[in-house]
Amino acid sequence: MKYIGKKLITLIMTLFLVSVAAFLAFQIIPGDVVTSILGTEATPEREEQLRQELGLDKPPVVRYFAWAADVLRGDLGVSYRYSKNMNEMMPVAELIGDKLPVTLWLAAVSMLLIIGVSIPLGVLWARSSNHFLDGLLGVITQASMAVPSFFLGILVTYLFGILLKLFAPGGYISYQENFSGFLGYLFFPAMSIAVPKIAMTARFLRNSMLTELRADYVRTAYSKGATKRRVMYRHVLRNAMMPVVTFLGMIIAEIVAGSIVIEQVFSLPGIGRLLISSISTRDFPVVEILILYITFVVIFVYFLVDILYRVIDPRISEA
Amino acid sequence: MKRIRSFNESISGNKYLAAGLIMTGLALVIGILGLFWTPYSTTAMSAAEKFAPPSIRHLFGTDNFGRDIFSRVMKGMGTTIGISALVVFFSGTAGILLGAITGYFGGLLDEAVMRLTDAVNGFPSILMALVIISILGNGKHNVIISLGIVFIPSFVRIVRSEFIRLRDADYIRRARLMGVGRLRILFVHILPNIFSVFWVSVMIGFNNAILAESGMSYLGIGVQPPDASLGKMLSDAQGYLQSAPWYALAPGLAIVWIVLGFSLFSEGVRRCGE
Repeated sequence: MKYIGKKLITLIMTLFLVSVAAFLAFQIIPGDVVTSILGTEATPEREEQLRQELGLDKPPVVRYFAWAADVLRGDLGVSYRYSKNMNEMMPVAELIGDKLPVTLWLAAVSMLLIIGVSIPLGVLWARSSNHFLDGLLGVITQASMAVPSFFLGILVTYLFGILLKLFAPGGYISYQENFSGFLGYLFFPAMSIAVPKIAMTARFLRNSMLTELRADYVRTAYSKGATKRRVMYRHVLRNAMMPVVTFLGMIIAEIVAGSIVIEQVFSLPGIGRLLISSISTRDFPVVEILILYITFVVIFVYFLVDILYRVIDPRISEA
Repeated sequence: MKRIRSFNESISGNKYLAAGLIMTGLALVIGILGLFWTPYSTTAMSAAEKFAPPSIRHLFGTDNFGRDIFSRVMKGMGTTIGISALVVFFSGTAGILLGAITGYFGGLLDEAVMRLTDAVNGFPSILMALVIISILGNGKHNVIISLGIVFIPSFVRIVRSEFIRLRDADYIRRARLMGVGRLRILFVHILPNIFSVFWVSVMIGFNNAILAESGMSYLGIGVQPPDASLGKMLSDAQGYLQSAPWYALAPGLAIVWIVLGFSLFSEGVRRCGE
């Protein structure tokens, strides 16, 4: 418990630092937000009124704490780009709200694919020491480090979308309209994210299992009459999964970052795409929130993995 | 038996090295040449030759404006390689300076720098680069600056651990006893001895820089037209995947070629060094 508490404090500290950095970084940029919302023809009184409304007349430190307090209360601020005038403010929360599920589902489907394929594959590989599989997965792992994710996405689009016509490229189906259609479309971007990670995870699990197979307890288990199957699944796999859990945790962080690019390739209206377009149009309130959000997801996953690790492996003491 | 195995291993190491050298060499020659000369102008449009498939006249075909794709890939390779080399140069230099000082002297500065690199480490690097680019704005100079900053921690960590390993080595103690100055110990006595390790991280860093640069250009927040860039070409080509698949394949394969060549090369260096 003490350990979890300590980790929790680190997590909150990191989040605090990132939020300060994300907020202050955008304060040093030249350019006036007020004129970009109201246009150049607005009267000085109106500009002053909006500036007060947005809290821009106060010093940055005061604004940071006001902003942080608002965020904690669930008020994420307003978008500069989508707010046309003072009566039609576009809340960031509303902007993000319907995009978040797209990214989350993309990450979930990718993760399911990775776990569902790589673990059986890794076990099979370790059991058979199959040379063909060895070569194939070796090539995929090697290639996945050389093929950028967006090019892989384009290749997937070409192969499955244009040649095999399994999905319509760019024909995104909204989850609100047709959920199974949405998942069907999501399968292909998820595959682009998952394939390199599957190769890496399977290889990692296989190496981990081969190491475990040489351990003394395996010989002991055999000498006590355990079947190969039992030794494999009850003893070796359980121990071999330890490092894989950490590895999968790191992969979640990479999926979240990787989805920024893949959403662009498959024109998925998720938060990654929103982040890119907000950066291009310098819509900083949205960028700040998204950065904070993505960072939170990433470090929270690390935190969960850390705890999960202790639950699976009681040998790691509390100290 | 052992001798035969090591013999085989050195051969396969040489194979990696040879394949890597050929691929990297070709990429460098084509890329650097592309910055100064291309068979066709990279901007000349030709309405008559829109989407010409690959042929002798146009090796990789032409794009939606009738521009020669091979020429554009040449120039794009040059731009991408040049940017990545500068990124690695800046972040590597900063990494050596910070890593040397923190590793050798330790203390409060070391603590501060390590906490910072730890914090950055957990953070997806593309996100960091995006934040910096959104502050600085688009363009190739800002790509170099943002990636240059993002890549510093990885170099600091490696250089630092090597300096920690060597700072108490006998020959360094001896040099200290003989009254050699600190700067000379850092950069004349220790630095040359970490180059084999540093070199590997430079090569990994270079590949990551290539992927990051082309990724940012693909997203439209990196190199801007009229500069040719492989990533930007890919994003333009994506809309014509059905009618002109070669348009997307050419820049994509060029990226794969550079990265694969360089990783084979570094793998070869590593295996031969062992």
